[in-house]
Parts: sequence; C-alpha cells; structure tokens
Amino acid sequence: MLAFVIRRLAQAVMVMLAVGLIAFSLFRFVGDPVVFMLGQDATPEDRTRMTQMLGLDQPFYVQYANFVVRAAQGEFGLSLRQIRPVKTLIIERLPATLELSFVAGLFALVVGIALGVYTALRRGSWISHVFLAVSLIGVSLPTFLIGILLILVFAVLLGWLPSFGRGDTVAIGWWTSGFFTASGLKALILPAITLGLFQMTLIQRLVRSEMLEVLRTDYIKFARARGLTDSAVHFGHALKNTLVPVITITGLQLGAIIAFAIITETVFQWPGMGLLFIQAVNFADVPVMAAYLCLTALFFVIINLVVDLLYYAVDPRLRIDRTIAAH
Amino acid sequence: MSTAAPLLEVRNLRVEFPTRRRTLVAVDDVSFGIAPGEVLGVVGESGAGKSLTGMAIIGLLEPPGRIAAGEVRLEGRRIDNLPREELRRIRGRRIGAIFQDPLTSLNPLYTIGEQLVETVLTHLPVRAAEARERALSLLAEVGIPAPEQRIDHYPHQFSGGMRQRVVIALAIAAEPQLVVADEPTTALDVSIQAQIITLLKRLARDRGTAVMLITHDMGVIAETADRVAVMYAGRLAEIGPVRDIIHQPRHPYTVGLMHSIPRVGNQRDRLAQIEGSMPRLTAIPAGCAFNPRCPQRFARCTETRPELFAAGATRAACWLFSDGG
Ligand SMILES: Nc1ncnc2c1ncn2[C@@H]1O[C@H](COP(=O)(O)OP(=O)(O)O)[C@@H](O)[C@H]1O
Ligand code: SF4
Ligand SMILES: [Mg+2]
Repeated sequence: MLAFVIRRLAQAVMVMLAVGLIAFSLFRFVGDPVVFMLGQDATPEDRTRMTQMLGLDQPFYVQYANFVVRAAQGEFGLSLRQIRPVKTLIIERLPATLELSFVAGLFALVVGIALGVYTALRRGSWISHVFLAVSLIGVSLPTFLIGILLILVFAVLLGWLPSFGRGDTVAIGWWTSGFFTASGLKALILPAITLGLFQMTLIQRLVRSEMLEVLRTDYIKFARARGLTDSAVHFGHALKNTLVPVITITGLQLGAIIAFAIITETVFQWPGMGLLFIQAVNFADVPVMAAYLCLTALFFVIINLVVDLLYYAVDPRLRIDRTIAAH
Repeated sequence: MSTAAPLLEVRNLRVEFPTRRRTLVAVDDVSFGIAPGEVLGVVGESGAGKSLTGMAIIGLLEPPGRIAAGEVRLEGRRIDNLPREELRRIRGRRIGAIFQDPLTSLNPLYTIGEQLVETVLTHLPVRAAEARERALSLLAEVGIPAPEQRIDHYPHQFSGGMRQRVVIALAIAAEPQLVVADEPTTALDVSIQAQIITLLKRLARDRGTAVMLITHDMGVIAETADRVAVMYAGRLAEIGPVRDIIHQPRHPYTVGLMHSIPRVGNQRDRLAQIEGSMPRLTAIPAGCAFNPRCPQRFARCTETRPELFAAGATRAACWLFSDGG
C-alpha cells in the first residue's frame, strides 16, 4: 500500500515537472521579456543589465530550476496586464471555479448514476428511451450552445434564474463562497448544469452499459437464487460492481470539468480562473497563463491520485496481500 | 415414485421461448416429483432442458423464456404463479440453488462472510452477531479449514473447490428443504469433483434436504441419486429408481446412454454408441423425439408422441411399453 502510494506520488511529481517545463517555455516563446520590459529603443548596456537582473544569462536548467522552486510556492510573478501578483489574482478567482466545478461534478455524478441505473433496470420503458434520447442530445450539442439555450429559457423567457455572475458571496477567510446565499445558489444552477451536462450523459451511459453487463453475470443470478431482495441485488451487488469504471471516468472527467470551465465561465461571465485565463490569452499575459496551466495540471494529478486510491478501496482484488488457499 | 408425499411436484411443465418467427418449446410436458430428503438425479445431453427445468422451479427463467403451461408445487402449494416477492422469499429459504461455476457465482467485492451473513439475515429472524456465528458454523460444516480467519476473506483468495464449498454453504444457509444443484462439479478439477459430491451427499443426508442433482456424469448419479430422470429434447424419456435406470433401463435412449458409460472413470464420449445427435429445438420430429436415432422404431413412433408408460420398475416415454410391459 505504502509503496503503491509512493510510486504514484513520484509519477505525479514527474508529470508536474513536465507541465512546469511547458509553462516555463511560454515565457521563452511568447515574446522577449527584456524587450517587453525596456521597450524597443533601450541601449545594449541596459539590456545586458536587465538580462542579468532577470537571471536570463543563466544556463537554461538553472532558470528552469528557479522557476520550479518559485512555482512550487505559488509565485509566478506579476500579471503583465494588471500589474498585480499572479498569486493574488488566482486566489481571488479560484473559489468561483472550484465551487462551480464541484457542483457541476456532483450534478453529473448523482444524476448520471441515477439515470444510468434507472435506464438499465427499466430497459424497455418509454421513459428510459426519453432519457437516452436526451442524453444523446446532451453529448452532441456544444457547451456554449447549451449555455445560451438555458439562459434563453430560464433567465430571459421565464426569468427564474440569473443569466450571469455569481450572485452574492460570503467571505470565509480568503475564500469567497456562493453556497450560503440564495442568490449565490441560484446563480450556480445554470452554469453547473451547462458545465456538467456532457459528463452527466457520459456517466449515465457508462453506468447503464456496465449495469446491464453486470446484471447478466453469474453472481447476480446466484444472488437472486439466494433470495436476496431486488434492492440488495441491484444496489448492493450490481451497482457496486459498476463503480470501478465509473470512478475512473468520473475522476478523469472532473479534471475535464475544471478545464472546460473556461467556456462556461465565458458564457455566464462567471468570475473564475477560466475567465481570467481567456482574458490573459487575449493580452498575452504569460505569467497568468503559466500559472493557470500549472494549477489545472495540479488538479488533474491530484484527482488521478485520489481515483487510484479509491479503486483500491472499492476492489479487494487489487490489494496485494493475496493468500491463495490450497484445496 | 416413492411412497412419501412429494416435497416438490412438477406437473406437465412447459417452458417456451417466444421468438419473432416461432415459439421454441425448450421443456415440453415434463412431470416428476421429489420426496423429502430424496436425491433426484437429472441426466441428459447438453441442451436437453435440464437447466431450464431447474430455473423454472426456482422461478428464475430469464425473459423471454417463460412457463407456458403446467405447474410447480412445493408441499402441495403452487409456486409457479406466485407474485415476484413471494417467490423471492421461497428462493434461498425453502429452495436453495447451486450453479455450475464456483469461480463466478460469488460476488468478487464482498467477503464470503458478508455474503453468508446477508443471506442468513434476508431469510431468518436473527441478529447480525448470530448470523455471523451461523456463517462460521456453515463454513465449518462445508469443510473450510480455519473458518474464523477465512470468513473475512474475499472469493479470489479461495481455490475453485473451496469456492464451491462456500457456494454450497450459501445455498443451505437458510436451511432449505430442497437444493437444486445444476452441474455443481462440471467446472471443477476432476480430483475435487468427488469431494464436492461427497459433501453434498453428506449434507443432504444429515439435514434431510432433498436434492435435484443435474449432471452429465452417470458415475455421480450412480453414487448419489435415489431416483433418476432422463431428459431428451426437452422431454422426460424415462424416470425410475437409480438401480433400475442403470442396470435395467427400458427406454431405448436410456439403454444407449448406459451402454456408452465406461465402467471406470468418466470419459467424455458417453454417447458414442447412439448414432446421430439430439435434434435442435427448431427441428424436433413428430411423434417420439428420439425416433430418428432409435434402433427399435416402428410406425407409431413417427406419428404420435408417447406418454410415460410403466416399464418394469421405471416409467418410460416409449411406445414399446404402451401395453403395460
Ligand atoms: N434464452 C434462450 N433462447 C432460446 N433458447 C434457449 C435459451 N436458453 C436456453 N435455450 C435452449 O433451451 C434448450 C435447453 O437448454 P438447457 O436447459 O440449458 O439445457 P441443459 O441444461 O440440459 O444443457 C437448449 O436447446 C437451449 O438452446
Ligand atoms: S417410442 Fe419408438 S422411437 Fe421412441 S424410443 Fe420408443 S421405440 Fe424408439
Ligand atoms: Mg445446463
């Protein structure tokens, strides 16, 4: 178990170092920072001095090492656009994105599993067919279109929900939360559905097909032959056996949700990191872009790690202490 | 049939699979009884309808398969037309089941103890602690060494033979009066088959449990069964006491079946001596289903289907015995 965790951690560090290299290269390829700082008409002496000051005369690997050390502390320098520390900007925006992603992921997981189980158990019913048809639409429409349609119906036509922004937030230390106000919760609904819809349909179809497969297995037949109740057979035995693939996909998709928040945040003018990133791209604000890249990668890596540990908790066959009995 | 009032009675059972083109009849007009504590062997080639008969009895036919006619009675009460929930209460509690493959019969994500306790708690009014005690004694009874340690192990930590013992413990956990065992040893190593059969036999005798033992293996039948039912193409060919079926079979199919058993060991080519093969469900001939392969066929055999006639100590579905022979 410990060896397993250490191995996975080492892999995670390797991934982060690789992503860090890409982020670091951004600084190199998106314009010359010296020119950027001093302008076109600086003297060669000024340039040399600036190059030394920025450490750009050092060998590549030293610069990279410095970058990694500072990045690990969350230091990515100043935003070129806002002339404020990137760290501060990210910290301001992080809660909005994480809360949105969390709610979207929860929506995808809960509704996806429920609909997946329902459509598997009630295979022939017309409601199942409706759910499957809707899920097909869900995967084929682009996110921004779904967002705009939802805004049109629920914000513009019905006027039930806000069309943009986070509503009122409550500050808990540096964290700003929309979970504690009515307007904050209302503001979460449309963007969370928009963001999670694709993943919801994915999970629904995955759970359905896994469930149908598991329901055909001998141990389900034998569970019925033992006289277990339908709910014990369906939820205790069948659903639990579908969880391993569901955990994998959900984990990977949670990372995707955070990454795809860019589009949803743009549509709903949601003040999160995605919106920050889009603005940074328009302005070639390299430090912000680099920080966003590293942070998103970090989320992916952490989620993957958690997924691996969950596997381990769900499936006893993965645990290494096998004791095969003699006959 | 034995003199005791039957525990299980199957009458004119017919199992069908409606398909788009036609309805396949997989079990056709099968009747037999099992007395309390009796072991009924059910033999026949693969595809003869043995498993479907067992599944029909425990109410687990998979749609579109269905009981189209006939009835199943347990202690005189019809159980084939019970509501789902009532039938569920009978499964495991009054009729247990054991399937062919012990490797796949157990849920890999639960310990064997959890699966035993769950079964006990489903059927018996006991507390969790008592259920665990019961699970321990069941494991000891089916011959799992060191039950206190093994009870918390997962299925993958057991060998095939040990898993089949666990399956047997699960089948008898709520003390059913009847166990339907569908080829319980076929998937096992030859060296372990005898142990499992011995165990099954001992448990049935000690507990007075009746067993419907479905098998290919005439050796197992000879050793274990009190009576034998021979199935062919979804129908009952012959049924009678085990001695008579083995030593004095009457139905030409049973005669062929017995001639083809090697006396020692269990070779595969048992049916080598009967020409041809069992018809598919879509091509069952008129009259006696066995007639294309029967050395004693005569005119009537291809016209009218024979019912079961008394034939010595057994009953055979063959026109040769229509005069009470
Ligand atoms: N789902 C099904 N659809 C159509 N035919 C089936 C189905 N299941 C079983 N059968 C047919 O029923 C017959 C009897 O099967 P079975 O009871 O499993 O035979 P046995 O156990 O004696 O080998 C076989 O010919 C098989 O092809
Ligand atoms: S009824 Fe005729 S064909 Fe069938 S087994 Fe008897 S003799 Fe043979
Ligand atoms: Mg079978």
